[in-house]
Amino acid sequence: METTKDVAVTRAHAWDGFKGRIWKEEINTRDFIKNNYTPYEGNSSFLVDPSDATNELWGKLQDLQKQERANGGVLDMDADTVSFSNAFAPGYIDEKAKDSEAIVGLQTDKPLKRAFMPFGGIKMAEEALTNYGYEPNPKFHEIFTKYHKTHNQGVFDTYTPEIRAARRNKIITGLPDTYGRGRIVGDYRRVALYGIDYLMEEKFKDHENCGDGTMTDDVIQLREEITDQYNALKRMKEMAASYGFDISVPAVNAKEAVQWTYFGYLAAIKEQNGAAMSIGRISTFLDIYIQRDIANGTLTEDGAQELIDHLVMKLRMVKFARIPSYNELFTGDPVWATLSIGGMGVDGRSMVTKNDFRFLHTLENMGPSPEPNLTVLYSSRLPETFKDYAAKISIDTSSIQYENDDVMRVTWGDDYAICCCVSATQTGKEMQFFGARANLAKCLTYAINGGVDEKNKVQVGPKYQAVTSEYLDYDEVMEKYENMMDWLAGLYVNTLNLIHHSHDKYYYEASEMALIDTDVKRTFATGIAGFSHVIDSLSAIKYAKVKTIRDENGLVVDYETEGEFPKYGNDDERADEIGVWLLKTFLEKIEKRHTYRNSEPTTSILTITSNVVYGKATGSLPDGRRAGEPLSPGANPSYGAEQNGLLASLNSVAKLPYEYALDGISNTQSINPDALGHDEDDQVENLVRVLDGYFDQGAHHLNVNVFGKEKLVDAMEHPEKEEYANFTIRVSGYAVKFIDLTREQQMDVISRTFHDRM
Amino acid sequence: MTNLVETKVTGFVHSTESFGSVDGPGVRFIIFMQGCRMRCQFCHNPDTWNIGAGRERSTDELLNEALKYRPYWGQKGGITISGGEPLLQLDFLIDIFKKAKALGINTTIDTCGKPFTHEEPFFSKFNELMKYTDLLLFDIKHIDNEQHKILTTQSNTNILEMATYLSDIGKPVWIRHVLVPERSDYDEYLIRLDKFIKTLKNVDRVEILPYHKLGMYKWQDMGIDYPLKGIDPPTEERVSNAKKLLHTSDYRGYLTRSN
Repeated sequence: METTKDVAVTRAHAWDGFKGRIWKEEINTRDFIKNNYTPYEGNSSFLVDPSDATNELWGKLQDLQKQERANGGVLDMDADTVSFSNAFAPGYIDEKAKDSEAIVGLQTDKPLKRAFMPFGGIKMAEEALTNYGYEPNPKFHEIFTKYHKTHNQGVFDTYTPEIRAARRNKIITGLPDTYGRGRIVGDYRRVALYGIDYLMEEKFKDHENCGDGTMTDDVIQLREEITDQYNALKRMKEMAASYGFDISVPAVNAKEAVQWTYFGYLAAIKEQNGAAMSIGRISTFLDIYIQRDIANGTLTEDGAQELIDHLVMKLRMVKFARIPSYNELFTGDPVWATLSIGGMGVDGRSMVTKNDFRFLHTLENMGPSPEPNLTVLYSSRLPETFKDYAAKISIDTSSIQYENDDVMRVTWGDDYAICCCVSATQTGKEMQFFGARANLAKCLTYAINGGVDEKNKVQVGPKYQAVTSEYLDYDEVMEKYENMMDWLAGLYVNTLNLIHHSHDKYYYEASEMALIDTDVKRTFATGIAGFSHVIDSLSAIKYAKVKTIRDENGLVVDYETEGEFPKYGNDDERADEIGVWLLKTFLEKIEKRHTYRNSEPTTSILTITSNVVYGKATGSLPDGRRAGEPLSPGANPSYGAEQNGLLASLNSVAKLPYEYALDGISNTQSINPDALGHDEDDQVENLVRVLDGYFDQGAHHLNVNVFGKEKLVDAMEHPEKEEYANFTIRVSGYAVKFIDLTREQQMDVISRTFHDRM
Repeated sequence: MTNLVETKVTGFVHSTESFGSVDGPGVRFIIFMQGCRMRCQFCHNPDTWNIGAGRERSTDELLNEALKYRPYWGQKGGITISGGEPLLQLDFLIDIFKKAKALGINTTIDTCGKPFTHEEPFFSKFNELMKYTDLLLFDIKHIDNEQHKILTTQSNTNILEMATYLSDIGKPVWIRHVLVPERSDYDEYLIRLDKFIKTLKNVDRVEILPYHKLGMYKWQDMGIDYPLKGIDPPTEERVSNAKKLLHTSDYRGYLTRSN
């Protein structure tokens, strides 16, 4: 450890010219940003083209990606190294041209080579290998089956028969019991601002101050975790040293700041294969270093853009070894390297800097891409120039999602980041227990059938009184539905409690948690699938006549609906109020349960691409959806339900109060470019108006796709065409290369509503 | 004559669209009126032709529906009444636009001008309507009268008269011209149209609308022969040729016009 004087000297150098006091006396990245960033109100004309090095590296990476696709989706895998941040020798996109990489660091020793990560579950790690033709290492098999338990085994050791049945019949599904839960965002900026040594010192102090001396369960657990975090920081330093960098001290310039921040993130993706591994909110922070270097003449705009391009290139390379059932849930190899830009400060200043433009510009310099999952934290008060530029990039690339900063700031402050698809956590202050989702559409069929699964015809839920009448009675169904939902909520929360206990124990996120305050706030993120179908089904029962069709055992397996009924997605209060009721009721049923580590329960209306898998397991519904058809994704209205155009649909979704779904309300819309305006200026302006109007009404999230159905059909039929190699679309919760979706999911995307009135 | 009793004004409406982005400035709520006397060969809404069909709806009801989308309109957007031919239902238009203007909403009519005449009672009502109308999207289907008759079954004489009248009273218009290969897409006609537009003093914008086939299925649904079978949308070259001949980029009033 350095002497106090040395620390003072390195800090004085690294922090030269930076203002403020509090952030110097404690770990407080937000305070540093507030005191030092420069809001940018200008337009995009300062942006520069990619450097030669960027073009060269990106070209090589694209070649590798082509090989990866040709190879069946995986380029290379490592079976002989258990992945830790310091487990691999340094790797480069191109060993021979490594000096052209402004930002370095790969997950393994070779580009796109996937690491072996057994702690989530040895079975899955081995299955991932064999699935792509690689031989698992018998040594690790022995260690992780005989001597060391993994997360997956831990969960199944505690599951009850009832949970297993619910899981098997897919009324709860997609659970993080066979994969890492992810969704934890370390404050990677801390590595750059403070250097690892200071962070270790602070964790050391926290360890000493943990508890009041009485060794209760939670104190014991925390003490062990802090030690794990401390050791993770040590590994991080070793990893950086192998690349020739000393990150024990703060970054002294922009290049180091980007590199140090990336090293923090790199450690996380070397140690965890969570379903979402977000990098967080880094643009404004890094802009401070860039501004300083540009001001003192050591960096040009070309150099600044190159740093950001190269960082983003790295984020486009994040890969994990997955198993087929995972790929079915989350298709197209997403990692949710979510990067949040924009937003307003609580002091009323826009947090948009030139760097927010630079990150958007990567989609022009290197073309469209699903990763990083680029998220604009939107407010109608953001600078018009920035809104226009984001809209233009949306129209050109369909690679951006928008989330309402005005509603999130109230709950999460102004230094939160999106930690997965759409869900916010305060950077460095919070972590999340991710909990997939409960199928509320299936819950409705259980209510009608007294807990018997309509597909597998077995008793899964409690044996409540089933509906016996030929026609469904609204009041009767509602009473039964509430009861069944109550059972489901209880079972679901129990299941998640078991999962997160096991994850903490066997697959603890030490490297991410090392960059989060020890006194961490935890949220418990549940979720809803089948949202629109429940609304429309209940509306059908209320406003039309729904006749039950029974099988030979009297089980209701289908419905005949006579007459018209209002549908969610048309700004019709009669249907939309059912949606608000449903969300609120489900959340209340979740909230009254005990949640692991006293975490704060939240819920989401978000399905990712799992709406297809969920739909397969769900029987016919009173709204007219046939058995096995995909559920509509996220909070989207059902297929064909939207009859009054885009804004009517948006208004329906905007009515759902964000405070009931703090984990997010995902909405994905596709607009034909010709229906957005006659020329690009009109299109940009109109898209900004749509975003302003939607978010000013309190809506939470919008994925914006701008293309016509014909393009999708052509891409499905001709995936080999060069123009479709990077053709990116937004699906519920993330972006994906369209040609990487399964045929089934491609059909699902194509069959959705396109707003194309001209 | 004024009615002593306030009556509810209604009109026959084909449908509404919450997100209109190509029918006037900004984002707009579009009311498609039912009924039209033209029979344009390229019509993509033949289901709006039949006069007296559609749903009878009151101006208040429609205005309230439109207002739900006001958050999306910003400074420029508002309500566009299209069709069908809106000028066939003047009382309805006067009432709804009068109320809309009282609320500060931008009002636009999308018309082909066919019902226009200096005769009464149309002319007085039309002038009354113009008091509450900010902009007209004025479709000139064909500059040549004979060709116009072939394309639409109607003459264009009073249509061009209306264009001139709007110019005389200084009411802003966007001239719109559907470019149909083998019908209107000939340099000769485009040059003549350009000359005519140049005589007008009220043109904020000139738009070329490339013919598209999206309405074809409606003709089939209605069991009528589609007259443009085998005609494809114009190529990009022809579209930019038309833009050049009509000097569309010279008309920039729409960029600066405020309500």
